[in-house]
Amino acid sequence: MSGAATVPSPALHPHRTKWFALGALAVAAVAFAIITVGGIGRNLVYYWGPTELREAGDKAVGATIRLGGLVASGSLARTEGASGVEFDVIDRKGGRVHVKSHGIPPQLFRERIGVVVEGTMDRGGFFEGNRLMVSHSNEYRVPGDKADVNVEEMMRTTEGLQEAK
Amino acid sequence: MTPLLGRTLILLALLVATTGTMVAFAAGRRPSASGAAWARRFAYAFAALMVAANALMIYALLAHDFTVSYVAQVGSRQVPTWVSFVSLWSSLEGSILFWGLVLGAYITAATRATRDRHPEYMPYAIGVWLACGAFFSFLLAGPAQPFLTVALPPVDGPGPNPLLQNHVLMVIHPPFLYAGYVGMTIPFGLACAALLAGRLGHDFIRPLRAWLLLPWIFLTCAIVLGGWWAYEVLGWGGYWAWDPVENASFLPWLTATAALHSALLMERKGILKGWTVTLVIATFLLTILGTFMTRSGVFNSVHSFTQSAIGPTILAFLAGALLLSVILLASRIDTLASEGRIEGRTNREAMFLVNNLLFVLFTFTVLVGTVFPLVVEAARGVKMSVGRPYFDAMAVPMGAALLFLMGVGPALPWGRATAEQTRRALLPPLAGAAGLAAVGLLVGARNPWTLVTLAFGGYTAQVTLGELLLPLRQRMKAHGEGFGHALLEAGVRRGRRRTGAYVVHAGAAIVIVAIAVSSTMGVSKELQLRTGESASVGDYTLTFLRTDEVSEPHRQSLVARVAVSHRGREIGVMAPRMNQYERQREPVGTPDVHTSLTEDFYLSIMNVDAQSGTLALHALVNPMVGWIWAATGLMALGGLIALVPRRRGDAVAVRAAIVSAAAELGAAPRG
Repeated sequence: MSGAATVPSPALHPHRTKWFALGALAVAAVAFAIITVGGIGRNLVYYWGPTELREAGDKAVGATIRLGGLVASGSLARTEGASGVEFDVIDRKGGRVHVKSHGIPPQLFRERIGVVVEGTMDRGGFFEGNRLMVSHSNEYRVPGDKADVNVEEMMRTTEGLQEAK
Repeated sequence: MTPLLGRTLILLALLVATTGTMVAFAAGRRPSASGAAWARRFAYAFAALMVAANALMIYALLAHDFTVSYVAQVGSRQVPTWVSFVSLWSSLEGSILFWGLVLGAYITAATRATRDRHPEYMPYAIGVWLACGAFFSFLLAGPAQPFLTVALPPVDGPGPNPLLQNHVLMVIHPPFLYAGYVGMTIPFGLACAALLAGRLGHDFIRPLRAWLLLPWIFLTCAIVLGGWWAYEVLGWGGYWAWDPVENASFLPWLTATAALHSALLMERKGILKGWTVTLVIATFLLTILGTFMTRSGVFNSVHSFTQSAIGPTILAFLAGALLLSVILLASRIDTLASEGRIEGRTNREAMFLVNNLLFVLFTFTVLVGTVFPLVVEAARGVKMSVGRPYFDAMAVPMGAALLFLMGVGPALPWGRATAEQTRRALLPPLAGAAGLAAVGLLVGARNPWTLVTLAFGGYTAQVTLGELLLPLRQRMKAHGEGFGHALLEAGVRRGRRRTGAYVVHAGAAIVIVAIAVSSTMGVSKELQLRTGESASVGDYTLTFLRTDEVSEPHRQSLVARVAVSHRGREIGVMAPRMNQYERQREPVGTPDVHTSLTEDFYLSIMNVDAQSGTLALHALVNPMVGWIWAATGLMALGGLIALVPRRRGDAVAVRAAIVSAAAELGAAPRG
């Protein structure tokens, strides 16, 4: 950023100009850093599983969360009068979170499949989902592989894949 | 046999690159004609070995030689030949091998182009290039070996990632990306050479700028081709998601663009030498950071490669390169002292400085947003990402400011200007600004940022067109020439760099405006249709006719037939599809896009229930998206116009023919 520091102000003494420019630059840099950090802080997306979400309790309410896990057997139901679905997401540690997802689910969506739901935790104790993504593994696996899902891997591979309003 | 030969070639390349680096640096410290000649020979030898290794791998892929580990990993007898060929860069090890090929080609071209010039710099530059070559050979010899021997070769392999087989753009995008990414090694080497030689003479600025511009053109195309691919294949209806891997390609583009501008000021005024060199070095380091992000598995997105052990090695290289660059800069930057200074504040020079400041801030925001999650995870073990709203909130004002600057900068004169001159330069383009904003209001733009962008776009368009036509008008007046002849003479034969720059600006302005319009003025809707049922999206009406099953050797597809009409006029039957690839678990969708001059109508299947005959679709109206692709072509064309060297020797006739053809192509969309 030495570029900006070389702009001289004709009204000032050269020496003072230099300090003035450096000072202005420092102030601008600090302001910019504050804006950047603030912007990041307000737009974080946390990657959590059902157990972690339960443990966080009320702290989780309001934050944007990517919830990853398996769709529990027997929990899937269509939302009445709308195109959405309701289901439970579980993990291996025994956590379970009820999800109300808006929008049409993707082709592969079914019970016992790995999903990532982006949304927020409601005060009523259920998860309000805006985006529903089914695990897309990058790597080849033998067809008929047992339906064991590495949630961490899944969360990463689904990133940016689908976006529903 | 093939794996053994491959490994031998790689080890030879490593040996040649390492020895060549030492020879070249020795020749740099004690200049001698024979030392420089030897450095060049090592450079050519490295390139030849890389060509041989790549040819061998392509042969193995086409022959389905599953004794080669890489072929066993990505090859398949069931895919078409072009997919086998493309498999060379579809997975980690092959992509590094391909990297070596591109690097070899660049090193050869740059070495040859400068073989009888710049003797004080070139040995150092070759040394730096070969050091990079040695590192990538080392990757191929150690952590990312493509030529391992498979003891029990399989009968058939899985084939590459179906997302990569799904669209022909995947054939074009990676080579462009590598040509952009790897090419940044060349200006990096030249910049290091200037620092090592302790001077950056006027004669050396030109090659530095040209070798920066060439990969910049490729990188520009690659970024947009990547977005285009995402748009045509992934089916969520957009082209950019601020995915870490997308950002990885965007970051070096930002610093390279800044460097191209500061290099111009350096050439004209003899200032900002150290700063330009810093930007060029930063560009190279960002390409290595991008390589680390895409290949270490720290981020895993559709674009990136599977997890591997090469992450730490690349990180070590990045750290080493960063450390050496900082030491080099700190110890030698004083030698690249300015020869001039900037007089006054409201002139073109000052706008170049503002441009550089904006680009650096832009780089910083994107970099922080991309790397932040990694730092937090490393420090606190919390997994997270930075959401898209952060990037949008930061990028929109900066993009708009850069757009405005593309108008203000060229409008202002060089040097000191009176207040009256400044006013006369800056006021008239306000007409263009008001005009385009008014057009936006008429067609229904209400988003304030979109209107601001349109106004800035109109301002810049008027300035840019004026600058492009100025020498033309002068010639037509002075010599009484016709329009075509004047265009050729003024725009292409003379002042080629100037013309090229403004063509790039025109393209960039269109891209920014198109991004603003497409992201705020579209319609997006999810639909659920039974057979024969109709629905409307914006001005479009669509009817679900039926689904067909289509069988191809490497995939089975379910194709939905949807009749579409726009304001009552039949457009035709669109066919979004869902593809099930051989030996892959998940189906992959392919959206169907209908493009008209002003907008795209985009259909992608969310799910199909064959039993009940229902189809769930994501339908979008995306205005001006096609303009992004077309205007990027304009940017690339402008870059090429600026790149073609001044006439010298006997290649003139050929070049002139190419250039005039290119100019006609370039003139057509604007006219």
